[in-house]
Amino acid sequence: MSSVLEAAPLTNSLTAGKLPRRSSLWVLLASWAVSAAFFTMLYLSGAVDGFNIVGTVVFGTVLYCVAIYVLSRLVEGSRKAKDRLMTALVTAAFVIALLPLISIIYTTVVNGLPAFLTPTFFTSSQRNVVGAGGGVLHAVMGTLLVTGMATLISVPIGLLASIYLVEYGRGRLAKAITFFVDVMTGIPSIVAGLFAFALFALLFNDPGIRFGFGGAIALSVLMIPVVVRSSEEMLKLVPNELREAAFALGVPKWLTILKVVLPTSLAGIVTGVMLSIARVIGETAPLLIIAGFTSSMNYDLFSERMMTLPVFVYTQYANQGADSQAYIDRAWAGALTLILIVMLLNGLARLIAHWFSPKLGR
Amino acid sequence: MTTVAATTIKARQRPGDRIFSSATVISGSLILAVLAAVAIFLLVESLPAFVAAPEDFSGDVTNFWSYVGPLVFGTIYSAILALLMAVPVAIGIALFISHFAPRKLAQGLGYLVDLLAAVPSVVFGLWGIGVLAPLVQPFYTTIVDWFGWFTPLAGPVSGTGRTIFTVAIVLAVMILPIITAICREIFLQTPLLHEEAALALGATRWEMIRMAVLPFGLPGIISASMLGLGRALGETMAVAMVLSPTPEVIFQLLTSQNSNTIAANIALNFPEAHGVGVNILLATGLVLFVVTLLVNMLARVIINSRKAFSGAN
Repeated sequence: MSSVLEAAPLTNSLTAGKLPRRSSLWVLLASWAVSAAFFTMLYLSGAVDGFNIVGTVVFGTVLYCVAIYVLSRLVEGSRKAKDRLMTALVTAAFVIALLPLISIIYTTVVNGLPAFLTPTFFTSSQRNVVGAGGGVLHAVMGTLLVTGMATLISVPIGLLASIYLVEYGRGRLAKAITFFVDVMTGIPSIVAGLFAFALFALLFNDPGIRFGFGGAIALSVLMIPVVVRSSEEMLKLVPNELREAAFALGVPKWLTILKVVLPTSLAGIVTGVMLSIARVIGETAPLLIIAGFTSSMNYDLFSERMMTLPVFVYTQYANQGADSQAYIDRAWAGALTLILIVMLLNGLARLIAHWFSPKLGR
Repeated sequence: MTTVAATTIKARQRPGDRIFSSATVISGSLILAVLAAVAIFLLVESLPAFVAAPEDFSGDVTNFWSYVGPLVFGTIYSAILALLMAVPVAIGIALFISHFAPRKLAQGLGYLVDLLAAVPSVVFGLWGIGVLAPLVQPFYTTIVDWFGWFTPLAGPVSGTGRTIFTVAIVLAVMILPIITAICREIFLQTPLLHEEAALALGATRWEMIRMAVLPFGLPGIISASMLGLGRALGETMAVAMVLSPTPEVIFQLLTSQNSNTIAANIALNFPEAHGVGVNILLATGLVLFVVTLLVNMLARVIINSRKAFSGAN
């Protein structure tokens, strides 16, 4: 027994050495320093113009993965080395996901600010504007009208459906609704637009139909399943004791739901609705199909084409005029407006959830 | 049995109860009706496309199926490429949030990834064409120079970077949040006792993850990937803005000729379409609807079968 242990003392991972506590941090800094030195030399020798900071970080991180694996394998054995390598890779995956987010926000702010800050941007439409100038008032108006209408349609239907699922639904119908609500969250947005188009083209017998209300219907198709899912989760959180207490006092079921269940879960439901608005407000494809695009103001949901913010961004980019830079600037400024609205809705929703959510014991 | 039935008390049905409960039933059923309506109206409006005359199609295409074929190929090709890139990264992120990051930070980091889902697709399109395509184009040139003998990487290289590979990168970024979110949920559901048992037997953290977390989460990873696939199949604006399309089946990843996707093709051609052209585009939309519906249903069936014995519910 003892001879076996003595024969291979170093292959036993329990008795093998350990790297010092902060060694991975130091190895990371050292690899970045080495790669920075490498790229500085490239820069000084004139092989590339400008110091490549992205290359430095990427190359340094790859170097770190190799270095920590080799070092740990020499000192700690292969199992620990693999663990350290995977830790490095998993962390790298997270950082990789953040790069596009940072890049998108940075470029949108930098490219969007010039046109965003022009005084006419929020006070005029694109009517009779060729080249620079003009604004997004018509698009913001259209987005508010279409999304507001979609919310008006989706919230009652979605909320009632989720009440059915939580309070009444048993058996096959409830199962089918739950399943197909989940499936509906995956419907491509453009299919929703095509559906609204097909519906109204048949109803009004107009093969070239474009109007804002159709866009609201298309967005509702996308929004209802999201509202149902989030409200359902929130209604399920309401403790059964509250319902039973109300029933014991002789309160009818519908009043219990209206006066006890809904107020308790209101904050969560509002959060869910705001998140669903944030989701559909950026939809481009369905609105491009059924609401169309125009450069004039349109306050009437039920007639004529209606511009919306995402479609504005797309058309400014896709149909550039002679002075193309003005159009691209406006596209980025529109994108910046859109991102600001979406982030604002998201942040507000999280804050409401944070402030008003029932404090659970854990 | 009879005694049980006798003691069951039925609540008195007041008018308010009847109205309210039927309103909820109607709303619930309305959702099923909408889904059915989507299928029915698309089918009705796309019927003329299936019998359309050869001259109604642009180019040298003679019937609907040869028109939609390259589009289906492009849709699936770009979505699978995106999936291949997104899934490993998403699993990494989910593991980082669920098992590696400090507990206090984990939720905040989750929000950060969710922010990616909040970025509208048209902004992804602008970013793809304005930032990503110029950034990756030099790499494409190098890759084609070195590996051009390998058919999918053959030249001539695109001068703008607006290739199907760039599209796949953008799509991968767009589907990262949903795959990450579901993987994260599933990984957090791993029974704590399994994890502790593995650690107690002397496993390192990675060995614990490989032995306890990943086998438990495998069905979740598969269905999350399929939901991501569904998103990638239906994504419109980013593809429409970034890709430079050709109506053919093309396997090359880095050239300036690329198969278009169904959704992008609709978005690009719908504003100018008229007559039977509209019906043809609606019919391609029907094909897309059926494909994504099947993918999503399969994914949901897998998730739901997992729920039954995960013990988390």
